[in-house]
Amino acid sequence: MIKKIRDIAIVVLVALTVWELLVRVTGVPSFILPGPLRVGRAAVDHAELIGEHALVTLSEVLAGLLLGTVLGISTSLYLMVSGSARRLLLPLMLFSQTVPIFALAPLLTLWLGYGVGSKIVMTLLIIYFPVASTFYDGLRNTPRGFLDLATTMNASSSRTLFRIRVPAALPSLASGLTLAAVYAPIGAVIGEWVGASRGLGYLMLLANGRVKIDLMFAALFALVAMTIALHTLVNRVGRRLTRWSVGT
Amino acid sequence: MLEGGQWTCLLGPSGVGKSTILRLIAGLHTGGEFNGSIESTDGRPLREQVAYMAQADLLLPWLDVRANVMLGASLRGEEPMSERAGQLISQVGLSNHADKRPHELSGGMRQRAALARTLMEDKPLLLLDEPFSSLDARTRSEMQELAFEVLLGRTVMLVTHDPAEAARIAHQVFLLTESGLQKTQIAAQPPIRGFNAPDTVDIQSRLFDALRS
Repeated sequence: MIKKIRDIAIVVLVALTVWELLVRVTGVPSFILPGPLRVGRAAVDHAELIGEHALVTLSEVLAGLLLGTVLGISTSLYLMVSGSARRLLLPLMLFSQTVPIFALAPLLTLWLGYGVGSKIVMTLLIIYFPVASTFYDGLRNTPRGFLDLATTMNASSSRTLFRIRVPAALPSLASGLTLAAVYAPIGAVIGEWVGASRGLGYLMLLANGRVKIDLMFAALFALVAMTIALHTLVNRVGRRLTRWSVGT
Repeated sequence: MLEGGQWTCLLGPSGVGKSTILRLIAGLHTGGEFNGSIESTDGRPLREQVAYMAQADLLLPWLDVRANVMLGASLRGEEPMSERAGQLISQVGLSNHADKRPHELSGGMRQRAALARTLMEDKPLLLLDEPFSSLDARTRSEMQELAFEVLLGRTVMLVTHDPAEAARIAHQVFLLTESGLQKTQIAAQPPIRGFNAPDTVDIQSRLFDALRS
């Protein structure tokens, strides 16, 4: 663990040094590409501003994640219990994935306004499919033997679902959620780009428009940090809860 | 054809359909079509009277040994009989491991836990589908003895491809080969027979001959 952190620190440090040197050697103006030192200073100078907007984005991301997860899980369970849902809903779900969700962002803003609502829905739409499809896959791929055992034990189908299929699918759900944690901030930021008065996406556009490229980079790094933290957290919790699946 | 209170072995090479027969009796999907009937002497539906144990231990990896042993009650929504579960766990020698999850146990211990779970079902007919074939030789012979001891007096159908196993443990042996099913006469001491007893060796060599012919 310590070794891993050290390795990452070295890579980051080297990348930042190369970046700084490149900026100095080429003499590229800071309104095109500021060096990391300058970005760092902007981050410190505007820490409060960035923090404020980051909090807005974070709350959109968390709300979208929560709602998308609940919706994704419910859909998977519904698909498992209902044969007609599988026939009618599943093709529709797959077909819906051919619609580029980003392209819906202007519509969502039109329908739901400039507030957090449209961003939450955008996030939800982005993570819904990864969550639903991984969990549904997990539910369908319960080891045959477990189901045979349940049959010989005269288990009811609802108990088989909740006591065998669902726990057996938790590792799949965990990997779906880890994926969702990375996608979710993208959804929120796209929503903010289309129309917002708050959030990191808004701040980035604003800074860009005012040629404060150092601030834009600082906001971008805040977003990256948030995504990494979210991914790590979800990954850790997921692994902790499905520790039994290691080596099976 | 299954004698009450006895061990009936269904012996045959891999892929000949032994497991399919067992799965039919257990009421499980076989992926084929079955024309015929399976009847019990008391006329009750067989499906509700069987307990099933397979080559894979089928322990649920997210439950500890105790919860795995009590799985049946939990799946039927019945009161858990934890006292009886504790007894069976100690009977198969896992008292010190009752709170462990399957991945913390050895292959032999996992099959013991599966045996306890099968016993917990307390059904008159036990269907064992090569339950010992993935174990090492020593563990396998120990498991044969343990299973025979704890299942004494129950009707057991054991599917196996191992003539030595059938020779040790069977009251009667049915041989299933590509040419059909035939009953093999066993005139010997009742099981369980020592692995190097003359009877065992004799039955084993006759079974082996029959398999090869």
